Amino acid sequence: MKPSSGSSMLRPTRAALFALAVVLALLTVFPLFWMVSSAFKGPDEVNSVNLIPAAPTLDNFRYVFTEVPFLRYMLNSLFVATVVTVAALWFHSMAAYALARLRFPGRDLLFFAIFSTLLVALPIILVPLFILVRELGMLDSYAGLIVPAVFNAFGIFLLRQFYIGMPKELEDAAFVDGCGYWGVYWHVILPLSRPILAALAVFFFLANWNSFLWPLTITQNQDLWMIQVAISSFQTQYAGAWNYIMAAATVAAIPTMALFFVFQRQLVESIKTSGFK
Amino acid sequence: MSAGASETPRRGLSRKHREWLAAALFVAPDALGLLVFLGVPMVLALGLGFFEVTGFGGISFAGLDNYRKMFADPLFFDSLKVTVLYVVGFVAGVFVVSLGLALLVRQKIPFVGFFRSLFFLPHVVSLVVVGLVWQFMLTDGVGVVNQVLESVGIGGRSWLGDPQLALGTVVLVSIWFFMGYYMIIFLAGLQEIPREYYDAAKIDGARAWQLFRHITWPLLKPTSFFVLLVSTITGVAGLQAFDLIYVMTKGGPANSTSLGIFYIYQQAFQFNDYGYAAAMSSFLVLLLLAATALMFVLTGGGRFETE
Repeated sequence: MKPSSGSSMLRPTRAALFALAVVLALLTVFPLFWMVSSAFKGPDEVNSVNLIPAAPTLDNFRYVFTEVPFLRYMLNSLFVATVVTVAALWFHSMAAYALARLRFPGRDLLFFAIFSTLLVALPIILVPLFILVRELGMLDSYAGLIVPAVFNAFGIFLLRQFYIGMPKELEDAAFVDGCGYWGVYWHVILPLSRPILAALAVFFFLANWNSFLWPLTITQNQDLWMIQVAISSFQTQYAGAWNYIMAAATVAAIPTMALFFVFQRQLVESIKTSGFK
Repeated sequence: MSAGASETPRRGLSRKHREWLAAALFVAPDALGLLVFLGVPMVLALGLGFFEVTGFGGISFAGLDNYRKMFADPLFFDSLKVTVLYVVGFVAGVFVVSLGLALLVRQKIPFVGFFRSLFFLPHVVSLVVVGLVWQFMLTDGVGVVNQVLESVGIGGRSWLGDPQLALGTVVLVSIWFFMGYYMIIFLAGLQEIPREYYDAAKIDGARAWQLFRHITWPLLKPTSFFVLLVSTITGVAGLQAFDLIYVMTKGGPANSTSLGIFYIYQQAFQFNDYGYAAAMSSFLVLLLLAATALMFVLTGGGRFETE
Protein backbone atom coordinates (compact mmCIF):
# COMPACT_ATOMS: atom_id res chain seq x y z
CA MET A 1 0.00 0.00 0.00
CA LYS A 2 1.79 3.06 -1.24
CA PRO A 3 0.60 6.53 -0.34
CA SER A 4 -0.91 8.34 -3.27
CA SER A 5 1.11 10.81 -5.24
CA GLY A 6 0.48 14.06 -3.51
CA SER A 7 3.87 15.61 -3.91
CA SER A 8 2.47 19.03 -4.72
CA MET A 9 0.46 19.07 -1.50
CA LEU A 10 1.13 22.09 0.64
CA ARG A 11 2.78 21.59 4.00
CA PRO A 12 0.05 23.21 6.13
CA THR A 13 -2.54 20.92 4.56
CA ARG A 14 -0.45 17.92 5.38
CA ALA A 15 -0.01 19.05 8.97
CA ALA A 16 -3.77 19.51 9.27
CA LEU A 17 -4.40 16.04 7.87
CA PHE A 18 -1.88 14.59 10.28
CA ALA A 19 -3.61 16.32 13.19
CA LEU A 20 -6.96 15.02 11.98
CA ALA A 21 -5.57 11.48 11.77
CA VAL A 22 -4.20 11.74 15.32
CA VAL A 23 -7.54 12.95 16.71
CA LEU A 24 -9.53 10.27 14.89
CA ALA A 25 -7.09 7.54 15.91
CA LEU A 26 -7.32 8.59 19.56
CA LEU A 27 -11.12 8.54 19.40
CA THR A 28 -11.04 5.13 17.72
CA VAL A 29 -8.72 3.51 20.19
CA PHE A 30 -10.07 5.17 23.33
CA PRO A 31 -12.77 2.56 24.14
CA LEU A 32 -10.21 -0.24 24.01
CA PHE A 33 -7.75 1.76 26.06
CA TRP A 34 -10.51 2.49 28.57
CA MET A 35 -11.35 -1.21 28.82
CA VAL A 36 -7.76 -2.15 29.67
CA SER A 37 -7.28 0.77 32.03
CA SER A 38 -10.51 0.03 33.92
CA ALA A 39 -9.52 -3.62 34.26
CA PHE A 40 -6.66 -2.47 36.51
CA LYS A 41 -8.84 -0.25 38.70
CA GLY A 42 -10.31 -1.26 42.03
CA PRO A 43 -14.08 -1.19 42.66
CA ASP A 44 -13.86 2.30 44.19
CA GLU A 45 -11.97 3.77 41.28
CA VAL A 46 -13.64 2.07 38.32
CA ASN A 47 -16.24 4.82 37.89
CA SER A 48 -13.69 7.61 38.01
CA VAL A 49 -12.37 9.32 34.91
CA ASN A 50 -8.70 8.65 35.71
CA LEU A 51 -7.02 7.75 32.44
CA ILE A 52 -4.37 5.74 34.26
CA PRO A 53 -5.43 3.92 37.44
CA ALA A 54 -4.25 5.80 40.53
CA ALA A 55 -4.01 2.54 42.45
CA PRO A 56 -3.47 -0.18 39.84
CA THR A 57 -4.40 -3.67 40.98
CA LEU A 58 -4.42 -7.19 39.57
CA ASP A 59 -7.31 -8.25 41.83
CA ASN A 60 -9.86 -8.19 39.03
CA PHE A 61 -7.85 -10.61 36.93
CA ARG A 62 -7.23 -12.81 39.94
CA TYR A 63 -10.95 -12.83 40.64
CA VAL A 64 -11.86 -13.66 37.05
CA PHE A 65 -9.55 -16.66 36.96
CA THR A 66 -10.19 -18.01 40.45
CA GLU A 67 -13.85 -17.32 41.26
CA VAL A 68 -15.06 -18.17 37.77
CA PRO A 69 -13.82 -21.05 35.57
CA PHE A 70 -12.59 -18.51 33.09
CA LEU A 71 -9.62 -20.59 32.02
CA ARG A 72 -11.99 -23.41 31.09
CA TYR A 73 -14.02 -21.03 28.88
CA MET A 74 -10.86 -19.83 27.18
CA LEU A 75 -9.69 -23.40 26.59
CA ASN A 76 -13.10 -24.28 25.14
CA SER A 77 -12.78 -21.39 22.72
CA LEU A 78 -9.19 -22.25 21.91
CA PHE A 79 -10.11 -25.87 21.23
CA VAL A 80 -13.19 -25.14 19.13
CA ALA A 81 -11.55 -22.35 17.14
CA THR A 82 -8.44 -24.44 16.46
CA VAL A 83 -10.31 -27.55 15.35
CA VAL A 84 -12.66 -25.52 13.15
CA THR A 85 -9.74 -23.68 11.58
CA VAL A 86 -7.72 -26.81 10.80
CA ALA A 87 -10.71 -28.75 9.47
CA ALA A 88 -11.93 -25.81 7.43
CA LEU A 89 -8.53 -25.19 5.84
CA TRP A 90 -8.16 -28.87 5.00
CA PHE A 91 -11.63 -29.35 3.49
CA HIS A 92 -11.67 -26.00 1.71
CA SER A 93 -8.26 -26.50 0.14
CA MET A 94 -9.26 -29.97 -1.11
CA ALA A 95 -12.51 -28.69 -2.57
CA ALA A 96 -10.83 -25.64 -4.05
CA TYR A 97 -8.12 -27.79 -5.64
CA ALA A 98 -10.73 -29.94 -7.37
CA LEU A 99 -12.79 -26.94 -8.45
CA ALA A 100 -9.77 -25.09 -9.81
CA ARG A 101 -7.52 -27.79 -11.25
CA LEU A 102 -9.50 -30.93 -12.04
CA ARG A 103 -11.99 -31.39 -14.88
CA PHE A 104 -15.28 -33.09 -14.17
CA PRO A 105 -18.85 -32.74 -15.36
CA GLY A 106 -20.96 -30.19 -13.50
CA ARG A 107 -17.97 -28.34 -12.13
CA ASP A 108 -19.22 -24.84 -12.89
CA LEU A 109 -22.69 -25.63 -11.61
CA LEU A 110 -21.23 -26.99 -8.38
CA PHE A 111 -19.10 -23.92 -7.95
CA PHE A 112 -22.08 -21.68 -8.52
CA ALA A 113 -24.08 -23.62 -5.94
CA ILE A 114 -21.27 -23.28 -3.40
CA PHE A 115 -20.84 -19.62 -4.21
CA SER A 116 -24.53 -18.88 -3.70
CA THR A 117 -24.36 -20.12 -0.10
CA LEU A 118 -22.34 -16.96 0.62
CA LEU A 119 -25.67 -15.14 0.78
CA VAL A 120 -26.98 -17.38 3.55
CA ALA A 121 -26.39 -15.65 6.87
CA LEU A 122 -26.55 -17.51 10.17
CA PRO A 123 -29.40 -15.52 11.75
CA ILE A 124 -31.66 -16.31 8.80
CA ILE A 125 -31.17 -20.07 9.17
CA LEU A 126 -30.65 -20.09 12.93
CA VAL A 127 -33.97 -21.72 13.82
CA PRO A 128 -33.90 -24.55 11.23
CA LEU A 129 -30.20 -25.14 11.86
CA PHE A 130 -30.88 -25.42 15.57
CA ILE A 131 -33.66 -27.94 14.96
CA LEU A 132 -31.46 -29.91 12.56
CA VAL A 133 -28.57 -30.04 15.02
CA ARG A 134 -30.98 -31.06 17.76
CA GLU A 135 -32.29 -33.92 15.60
CA LEU A 136 -28.69 -35.00 14.97
CA GLY A 137 -28.22 -35.19 18.75
CA MET A 138 -25.48 -32.57 18.77
CA LEU A 139 -26.99 -30.05 21.19
CA ASP A 140 -24.70 -29.28 24.10
CA SER A 141 -21.67 -30.97 22.59
CA TYR A 142 -18.33 -30.00 21.11
CA ALA A 143 -19.50 -31.57 17.85
CA GLY A 144 -22.42 -29.15 17.76
CA LEU A 145 -20.10 -26.21 18.34
CA ILE A 146 -17.55 -27.35 15.78
CA VAL A 147 -19.16 -29.15 12.86
CA PRO A 148 -21.63 -26.50 11.59
CA ALA A 149 -18.94 -23.82 11.96
CA VAL A 150 -16.54 -25.55 9.56
CA PHE A 151 -18.50 -25.07 6.39
CA ASN A 152 -18.49 -21.75 4.62
CA ALA A 153 -17.98 -20.87 1.02
CA PHE A 154 -15.74 -17.89 1.65
CA GLY A 155 -12.60 -19.97 2.15
CA ILE A 156 -13.31 -22.23 -0.83
CA PHE A 157 -13.84 -19.18 -2.95
CA LEU A 158 -10.56 -17.46 -2.02
CA LEU A 159 -8.52 -20.66 -2.33
CA ARG A 160 -10.02 -21.54 -5.70
CA GLN A 161 -9.13 -18.07 -6.94
CA PHE A 162 -5.57 -18.62 -5.76
CA TYR A 163 -5.26 -22.10 -7.31
CA ILE A 164 -6.58 -20.99 -10.69
CA GLY A 165 -3.59 -18.71 -11.02
CA MET A 166 -1.00 -21.42 -10.36
CA PRO A 167 1.25 -22.55 -13.22
CA LYS A 168 0.36 -26.00 -14.52
CA GLU A 169 3.99 -27.12 -14.94
CA LEU A 170 4.44 -27.87 -11.24
CA GLU A 171 1.50 -30.24 -11.24
CA ASP A 172 2.67 -31.93 -14.44
CA ALA A 173 6.12 -32.49 -13.01
CA ALA A 174 4.59 -34.19 -9.98
CA PHE A 175 2.44 -36.43 -12.20
CA VAL A 176 5.54 -37.42 -14.16
CA ASP A 177 7.21 -38.30 -10.87
CA GLY A 178 4.44 -40.76 -10.25
CA CYS A 179 2.22 -38.79 -7.90
CA GLY A 180 -1.52 -39.37 -7.90
CA TYR A 181 -4.05 -36.60 -7.41
CA TRP A 182 -3.67 -36.88 -3.64
CA GLY A 183 0.11 -36.67 -4.00
CA VAL A 184 -0.14 -33.55 -6.10
CA TYR A 185 -2.50 -31.96 -3.60
CA TRP A 186 -0.36 -32.92 -0.62
CA HIS A 187 3.13 -32.34 -2.00
CA VAL A 188 2.61 -29.52 -4.49
CA ILE A 189 -0.61 -27.59 -3.90
CA LEU A 190 -0.58 -27.39 -0.10
CA PRO A 191 3.05 -26.25 0.29
CA LEU A 192 2.52 -23.60 -2.40
CA SER A 193 -0.57 -22.26 -0.68
CA ARG A 194 1.10 -21.67 2.66
CA PRO A 195 0.76 -17.85 2.54
CA ILE A 196 -2.94 -17.83 1.74
CA LEU A 197 -3.60 -20.63 4.23
CA ALA A 198 -1.86 -18.58 6.91
CA ALA A 199 -4.06 -15.58 6.10
CA LEU A 200 -7.22 -17.68 6.19
CA ALA A 201 -6.11 -19.40 9.39
CA VAL A 202 -5.91 -16.05 11.19
CA PHE A 203 -9.25 -15.05 9.74
CA PHE A 204 -11.04 -18.27 10.74
CA PHE A 205 -9.49 -18.40 14.17
CA LEU A 206 -10.55 -14.85 14.97
CA ALA A 207 -14.05 -15.41 13.64
CA ASN A 208 -14.53 -18.50 15.78
CA TRP A 209 -12.91 -17.09 18.89
CA ASN A 210 -15.27 -14.13 18.57
CA SER A 211 -18.40 -16.02 17.58
CA PHE A 212 -21.34 -15.66 19.90
CA LEU A 213 -24.78 -16.36 18.45
CA TRP A 214 -24.24 -20.02 17.57
CA PRO A 215 -22.51 -21.07 20.83
CA LEU A 216 -25.15 -19.11 22.74
CA THR A 217 -27.92 -20.96 20.92
CA ILE A 218 -26.76 -24.53 21.35
CA THR A 219 -24.97 -24.69 24.70
CA GLN A 220 -26.83 -24.81 28.01
CA ASN A 221 -24.17 -26.77 29.84
CA GLN A 222 -21.78 -24.25 31.39
CA ASP A 223 -18.82 -26.62 30.96
CA LEU A 224 -19.16 -26.10 27.21
CA TRP A 225 -19.44 -22.32 27.27
CA MET A 226 -17.16 -20.49 24.92
CA ILE A 227 -15.57 -17.30 26.09
CA GLN A 228 -17.97 -14.85 24.45
CA VAL A 229 -20.98 -16.60 25.95
CA ALA A 230 -19.25 -16.59 29.33
CA ILE A 231 -18.49 -12.88 29.37
CA SER A 232 -21.96 -11.99 28.17
CA SER A 233 -23.38 -13.86 31.18
CA PHE A 234 -20.87 -12.10 33.40
CA GLN A 235 -22.66 -8.91 32.69
CA THR A 236 -25.95 -10.14 34.17
CA GLN A 237 -24.21 -11.93 37.03
CA TYR A 238 -22.03 -9.03 38.11
CA ALA A 239 -24.20 -6.13 36.98
CA GLY A 240 -22.41 -2.94 37.88
CA ALA A 241 -19.14 -4.60 38.92
CA TRP A 242 -17.48 -3.09 35.88
CA ASN A 243 -13.95 -3.70 37.15
CA TYR A 244 -14.54 -7.48 36.92
CA ILE A 245 -16.40 -7.22 33.63
CA MET A 246 -13.67 -5.10 32.04
CA ALA A 247 -10.99 -7.52 33.27
CA ALA A 248 -12.90 -10.41 31.66
CA ALA A 249 -13.38 -8.42 28.46
CA THR A 250 -9.68 -7.56 28.38
CA VAL A 251 -8.70 -11.20 28.77
CA ALA A 252 -11.06 -12.15 25.93
CA ALA A 253 -9.82 -9.35 23.67
CA ILE A 254 -6.05 -9.47 24.21
CA PRO A 255 -5.46 -12.64 22.13
CA THR A 256 -7.37 -11.19 19.17
CA MET A 257 -5.52 -7.90 19.27
CA ALA A 258 -2.18 -9.69 19.61
CA LEU A 259 -3.00 -11.90 16.62
CA PHE A 260 -3.93 -8.82 14.66
CA PHE A 261 -0.69 -6.99 15.33
CA VAL A 262 1.40 -10.05 14.43
CA PHE A 263 -0.56 -11.07 11.32
CA GLN A 264 -2.10 -7.83 10.17
CA ARG A 265 -0.59 -8.01 6.69
CA GLN A 266 -2.15 -11.43 6.04
CA LEU A 267 -5.47 -10.39 7.50
CA VAL A 268 -5.66 -7.22 5.47
CA GLU A 269 -4.72 -9.10 2.30
CA SER A 270 -7.50 -11.63 2.75
CA ILE A 271 -10.05 -8.86 3.29
CA LYS A 272 -8.87 -7.03 0.20
CA THR A 273 -9.14 -10.13 -1.92
CA SER A 274 -12.61 -10.88 -0.63
CA GLY A 275 -13.85 -7.63 -2.13
CA PHE A 276 -12.50 -8.06 -5.59
CA LYS A 277 -12.69 -11.48 -7.06
CA MET B 1 -4.45 -41.21 3.69
CA SER B 2 -5.13 -42.41 0.20
CA ALA B 3 -8.12 -40.59 -1.15
CA GLY B 4 -8.72 -43.34 -3.66
CA ALA B 5 -6.94 -41.12 -6.11
CA SER B 6 -3.95 -43.35 -6.71
CA GLU B 7 -2.90 -43.20 -10.33
CA THR B 8 -2.32 -46.91 -10.93
CA PRO B 9 -5.10 -48.05 -13.24
CA ARG B 10 -5.92 -51.00 -11.03
CA ARG B 11 -9.64 -50.56 -11.22
CA GLY B 12 -9.51 -50.41 -14.96
CA LEU B 13 -10.70 -46.81 -14.95
CA SER B 14 -9.67 -44.53 -17.76
CA ARG B 15 -7.62 -41.46 -16.90
CA LYS B 16 -10.69 -39.30 -17.39
CA HIS B 17 -12.79 -41.34 -14.99
CA ARG B 18 -10.04 -41.41 -12.42
CA GLU B 19 -9.98 -37.63 -12.54
CA TRP B 20 -13.75 -37.55 -11.98
CA LEU B 21 -13.47 -39.91 -9.05
CA ALA B 22 -10.65 -37.91 -7.50
CA ALA B 23 -12.60 -34.66 -7.91
CA ALA B 24 -15.68 -36.19 -6.30
CA LEU B 25 -13.68 -37.33 -3.30
CA PHE B 26 -11.90 -34.00 -2.93
CA VAL B 27 -15.12 -32.02 -3.09
CA ALA B 28 -17.26 -34.39 -1.05
CA PRO B 29 -16.56 -33.22 2.54
CA ASP B 30 -17.25 -29.56 1.85
CA ALA B 31 -20.08 -30.14 -0.58
CA LEU B 32 -21.89 -32.44 1.85
CA GLY B 33 -21.23 -30.14 4.79
CA LEU B 34 -22.53 -27.08 2.96
CA LEU B 35 -25.55 -29.01 1.79
CA VAL B 36 -26.45 -30.31 5.24
CA PHE B 37 -25.62 -27.26 7.35
CA LEU B 38 -26.49 -24.42 4.97
CA GLY B 39 -28.56 -25.76 2.08
CA VAL B 40 -31.04 -27.83 4.06
CA PRO B 41 -31.59 -25.14 6.73
CA MET B 42 -32.11 -22.57 3.99
CA VAL B 43 -34.86 -24.66 2.40
CA LEU B 44 -36.31 -25.38 5.84
CA ALA B 45 -36.20 -21.67 6.66
CA LEU B 46 -38.60 -21.05 3.81
CA GLY B 47 -40.86 -24.01 4.59
CA LEU B 48 -40.86 -24.32 8.36
CA GLY B 49 -43.15 -21.33 8.73
CA PHE B 50 -46.05 -23.51 7.60
CA PHE B 51 -45.59 -25.84 10.56
CA GLU B 52 -46.16 -25.82 14.28
CA VAL B 53 -42.92 -26.83 16.00
CA THR B 54 -42.87 -27.47 19.71
CA GLY B 55 -39.91 -27.61 22.05
CA PHE B 56 -39.42 -31.36 21.93
CA GLY B 57 -39.49 -32.28 18.31
CA GLY B 58 -43.23 -32.36 17.66
CA ILE B 59 -43.97 -31.00 14.21
CA SER B 60 -47.42 -30.61 12.72
CA PHE B 61 -48.72 -28.82 9.66
CA ALA B 62 -50.23 -25.48 10.52
CA GLY B 63 -51.05 -24.01 7.13
CA LEU B 64 -50.97 -20.24 7.17
CA ASP B 65 -51.45 -19.88 10.92
CA ASN B 66 -47.97 -18.54 11.60
CA TYR B 67 -48.22 -16.07 8.74
CA ARG B 68 -51.65 -14.90 9.90
CA LYS B 69 -50.23 -14.38 13.37
CA MET B 70 -47.31 -12.49 11.87
CA PHE B 71 -49.46 -10.01 9.97
CA ALA B 72 -51.50 -9.38 13.10
CA ASP B 73 -48.48 -8.88 15.35
CA PRO B 74 -47.68 -5.19 15.88
CA LEU B 75 -44.36 -6.08 17.55
CA PHE B 76 -43.26 -7.79 14.36
CA PHE B 77 -43.98 -4.69 12.31
CA ASP B 78 -42.21 -2.56 14.90
CA SER B 79 -39.18 -4.81 14.60
CA LEU B 80 -39.24 -4.41 10.81
CA LYS B 81 -39.32 -0.65 11.22
CA VAL B 82 -36.37 -0.83 13.60
CA THR B 83 -34.52 -3.03 11.12
CA VAL B 84 -35.05 -0.57 8.27
CA LEU B 85 -33.98 2.40 10.42
CA TYR B 86 -30.92 0.51 11.60
CA VAL B 87 -29.92 -0.53 8.08
CA VAL B 88 -30.37 2.93 6.59
CA GLY B 89 -28.41 4.59 9.39
CA PHE B 90 -25.69 1.98 9.43
CA VAL B 91 -25.20 1.70 5.65
CA ALA B 92 -25.09 5.46 5.08
CA GLY B 93 -22.92 6.11 8.12
CA VAL B 94 -20.38 3.38 7.57
CA PHE B 95 -20.11 4.33 3.89
CA VAL B 96 -19.22 7.94 4.59
CA VAL B 97 -16.93 7.23 7.55
CA SER B 98 -14.97 4.39 5.96
CA LEU B 99 -14.57 6.21 2.64
CA GLY B 100 -13.36 9.26 4.56
CA LEU B 101 -10.85 7.18 6.50
CA ALA B 102 -9.64 5.46 3.32
CA LEU B 103 -9.03 8.83 1.65
CA LEU B 104 -7.28 10.08 4.78
CA VAL B 105 -4.88 7.14 5.08
CA ARG B 106 -4.00 7.44 1.38
CA GLN B 107 -2.38 10.80 2.06
CA LYS B 108 1.30 11.32 2.55
CA ILE B 109 1.34 11.78 6.29
CA PRO B 110 3.80 10.40 8.83
CA PHE B 111 3.01 7.00 10.39
CA VAL B 112 0.20 6.40 7.92
CA GLY B 113 0.55 2.61 8.20
CA PHE B 114 0.18 2.88 11.95
CA PHE B 115 -2.99 4.94 11.60
CA ARG B 116 -4.44 2.32 9.25
CA SER B 117 -3.83 -0.36 11.86
CA LEU B 118 -5.45 1.69 14.61
CA PHE B 119 -8.57 2.42 12.55
CA PHE B 120 -8.90 -1.29 11.84
CA LEU B 121 -8.26 -2.41 15.41
CA PRO B 122 -11.90 -2.30 16.68
CA HIS B 123 -12.85 -4.84 14.04
CA VAL B 124 -10.73 -7.66 15.52
CA VAL B 125 -12.34 -7.41 18.94
CA SER B 126 -15.46 -9.50 19.50
CA LEU B 127 -18.83 -7.77 19.43
CA VAL B 128 -19.62 -9.02 22.91
CA VAL B 129 -16.56 -7.19 24.20
CA VAL B 130 -17.43 -4.16 22.08
CA GLY B 131 -20.95 -4.13 23.49
CA LEU B 132 -19.73 -4.44 27.07
CA VAL B 133 -17.13 -1.71 26.74
CA TRP B 134 -19.53 0.76 25.17
CA GLN B 135 -22.22 -0.06 27.66
CA PHE B 136 -19.74 0.67 30.43
CA MET B 137 -18.70 3.97 28.85
CA LEU B 138 -22.31 5.01 28.29
CA THR B 139 -23.72 4.01 31.67
CA ASP B 140 -26.14 6.58 33.03
CA GLY B 141 -24.55 8.86 35.58
CA VAL B 142 -21.15 7.25 35.97
CA GLY B 143 -20.14 6.44 32.38
CA VAL B 144 -17.04 8.21 31.11
CA VAL B 145 -18.85 9.70 28.09
CA ASN B 146 -21.42 11.54 30.19
CA GLN B 147 -18.82 12.60 32.75
CA VAL B 148 -16.69 14.14 30.02
CA LEU B 149 -19.69 15.80 28.36
CA GLU B 150 -20.83 17.26 31.67
CA SER B 151 -17.37 18.58 32.43
CA VAL B 152 -17.53 20.66 29.25
CA GLY B 153 -21.03 21.84 30.06
CA ILE B 154 -23.13 19.54 27.90
CA GLY B 155 -25.78 17.70 29.86
CA GLY B 156 -25.37 13.94 29.95
CA ARG B 157 -27.89 11.72 28.26
CA SER B 158 -29.24 8.26 28.74
CA TRP B 159 -27.65 6.92 25.58
CA LEU B 160 -29.00 3.41 25.93
CA GLY B 161 -31.97 4.17 28.18
CA ASP B 162 -33.77 6.76 26.08
CA PRO B 163 -35.95 5.20 23.34
CA GLN B 164 -35.19 8.23 21.16
CA LEU B 165 -31.43 7.65 21.38
CA ALA B 166 -30.80 3.95 21.88
CA LEU B 167 -31.01 2.83 18.26
CA GLY B 168 -28.80 5.70 17.14
CA THR B 169 -26.26 4.70 19.77
CA VAL B 170 -26.25 1.11 18.50
CA VAL B 171 -25.79 2.39 14.94
CA LEU B 172 -22.80 4.49 16.02
CA VAL B 173 -21.18 1.56 17.80
CA SER B 174 -21.76 -0.62 14.72
CA ILE B 175 -20.08 2.01 12.55
CA TRP B 176 -17.14 2.18 14.94
CA PHE B 177 -16.76 -1.59 14.70
CA PHE B 178 -17.04 -1.82 10.90
CA MET B 179 -15.35 1.33 9.63
CA GLY B 180 -11.88 -0.24 9.53
CA TYR B 181 -13.11 -3.22 7.55
CA TYR B 182 -14.74 -1.14 4.83
CA MET B 183 -11.80 1.27 4.91
CA ILE B 184 -9.61 -1.64 3.74
CA ILE B 185 -12.09 -2.46 0.96
CA PHE B 186 -12.13 1.19 -0.16
CA LEU B 187 -8.32 1.34 -0.03
CA ALA B 188 -8.12 -1.64 -2.34
CA GLY B 189 -10.52 0.11 -4.71
CA LEU B 190 -8.56 3.34 -4.61
CA GLN B 191 -5.40 1.47 -5.52
CA GLU B 192 -7.02 0.28 -8.75
CA ILE B 193 -7.34 3.84 -10.02
CA PRO B 194 -4.36 4.64 -12.27
CA ARG B 195 -2.21 7.37 -10.82
CA GLU B 196 -1.72 8.93 -14.27
CA TYR B 197 -5.30 10.22 -14.20
CA TYR B 198 -4.52 12.32 -11.15
CA ASP B 199 -1.20 13.51 -12.51
CA ALA B 200 -2.80 14.62 -15.78
CA ALA B 201 -5.64 16.41 -14.01
CA LYS B 202 -3.22 18.19 -11.70
CA ILE B 203 -1.27 19.49 -14.66
CA ASP B 204 -4.55 20.94 -15.87
CA GLY B 205 -4.83 22.69 -12.50
CA ALA B 206 -7.57 20.57 -10.94
CA ARG B 207 -8.13 21.02 -7.22
CA ALA B 208 -8.51 18.31 -4.62
CA TRP B 209 -12.32 18.43 -4.66
CA GLN B 210 -12.37 18.25 -8.49
CA LEU B 211 -10.02 15.28 -8.44
CA PHE B 212 -12.39 13.51 -6.12
CA ARG B 213 -15.54 14.51 -8.00
CA HIS B 214 -14.33 13.67 -11.49
CA ILE B 215 -11.82 10.86 -11.01
CA THR B 216 -12.09 9.10 -7.65
CA TRP B 217 -15.88 9.03 -7.31
CA PRO B 218 -16.76 7.69 -10.78
CA LEU B 219 -13.92 5.18 -10.87
CA LEU B 220 -14.66 3.99 -7.37
CA LYS B 221 -18.25 3.10 -8.24
CA PRO B 222 -17.74 -0.69 -8.35
CA THR B 223 -16.18 -0.60 -4.88
CA SER B 224 -18.89 1.70 -3.59
CA PHE B 225 -21.53 -0.66 -4.83
CA PHE B 226 -19.81 -3.62 -3.24
CA VAL B 227 -19.65 -1.80 0.11
CA LEU B 228 -23.32 -0.76 -0.09
CA LEU B 229 -24.39 -4.28 -0.98
CA VAL B 230 -22.37 -6.09 1.66
CA SER B 231 -23.21 -3.62 4.43
CA THR B 232 -26.91 -3.84 3.57
CA ILE B 233 -26.87 -7.63 3.72
CA THR B 234 -24.89 -7.50 6.96
CA GLY B 235 -27.35 -5.01 8.39
CA VAL B 236 -30.54 -6.87 7.44
CA ALA B 237 -29.27 -10.33 8.35
CA GLY B 238 -28.00 -8.78 11.54
CA LEU B 239 -25.42 -11.28 12.77
CA GLN B 240 -23.30 -8.46 14.17
CA ALA B 241 -26.17 -6.27 15.28
CA PHE B 242 -27.61 -9.24 17.18
CA ASP B 243 -24.53 -9.54 19.38
CA LEU B 244 -24.54 -5.83 20.17
CA ILE B 245 -28.27 -5.71 20.92
CA TYR B 246 -28.10 -8.84 23.05
CA VAL B 247 -25.34 -7.34 25.16
CA MET B 248 -26.26 -3.66 25.21
CA THR B 249 -30.04 -3.32 25.18
CA LYS B 250 -31.83 -6.69 24.93
CA GLY B 251 -34.11 -4.98 22.41
CA GLY B 252 -35.14 -2.20 24.75
CA PRO B 253 -35.92 0.40 25.90
CA ALA B 254 -39.57 0.11 24.85
CA ASN B 255 -38.56 -2.23 21.99
CA SER B 256 -36.76 0.67 20.32
CA THR B 257 -33.78 -1.52 19.40
CA SER B 258 -35.65 -4.77 18.81
CA LEU B 259 -34.29 -5.65 15.36
CA GLY B 260 -36.20 -8.23 13.33
CA ILE B 261 -33.51 -10.79 13.96
CA PHE B 262 -33.61 -10.20 17.70
CA TYR B 263 -37.39 -10.52 17.86
CA ILE B 264 -37.16 -13.78 15.91
CA TYR B 265 -34.53 -15.09 18.31
CA GLN B 266 -36.74 -14.27 21.29
CA GLN B 267 -39.77 -16.00 19.78
CA ALA B 268 -37.73 -19.12 19.05
CA PHE B 269 -35.48 -19.49 22.04
CA GLN B 270 -37.33 -17.73 24.83
CA PHE B 271 -40.90 -18.68 23.89
CA ASN B 272 -40.11 -21.91 21.99
CA ASP B 273 -42.31 -20.83 19.11
CA TYR B 274 -40.04 -22.15 16.35
CA GLY B 275 -42.67 -22.22 13.63
CA TYR B 276 -43.56 -18.58 14.17
CA ALA B 277 -39.88 -17.65 14.25
CA ALA B 278 -39.35 -19.50 10.96
CA ALA B 279 -42.28 -17.69 9.36
CA MET B 280 -40.74 -14.36 10.30
CA SER B 281 -37.30 -15.54 9.10
CA SER B 282 -38.71 -16.30 5.69
CA PHE B 283 -40.18 -12.81 5.59
CA LEU B 284 -36.74 -11.43 6.44
CA VAL B 285 -35.30 -13.38 3.51
CA LEU B 286 -37.76 -11.56 1.25
CA LEU B 287 -36.74 -8.26 2.80
CA LEU B 288 -33.11 -9.13 2.16
CA LEU B 289 -33.80 -9.94 -1.49
CA ALA B 290 -35.84 -6.75 -1.87
CA ALA B 291 -33.04 -4.66 -0.35
CA THR B 292 -30.52 -6.27 -2.69
CA ALA B 293 -32.74 -5.64 -5.70
CA LEU B 294 -33.29 -2.03 -4.62
CA MET B 295 -29.54 -1.60 -4.34
CA PHE B 296 -29.09 -2.83 -7.91
CA VAL B 297 -31.72 -0.41 -9.17
CA LEU B 298 -30.46 2.59 -7.21
CA THR B 299 -26.88 2.10 -8.33
CA GLY B 300 -27.91 1.65 -11.94
CA GLY B 301 -26.77 -1.80 -12.87
CA GLY B 302 -24.61 -2.80 -9.98
CA ARG B 303 -21.66 -4.48 -11.53
CA PHE B 304 -18.84 -4.71 -9.08
CA GLU B 305 -16.04 -6.22 -11.09
CA THR B 306 -13.09 -3.94 -11.61
CA GLU B 307 -12.70 -4.97 -15.23
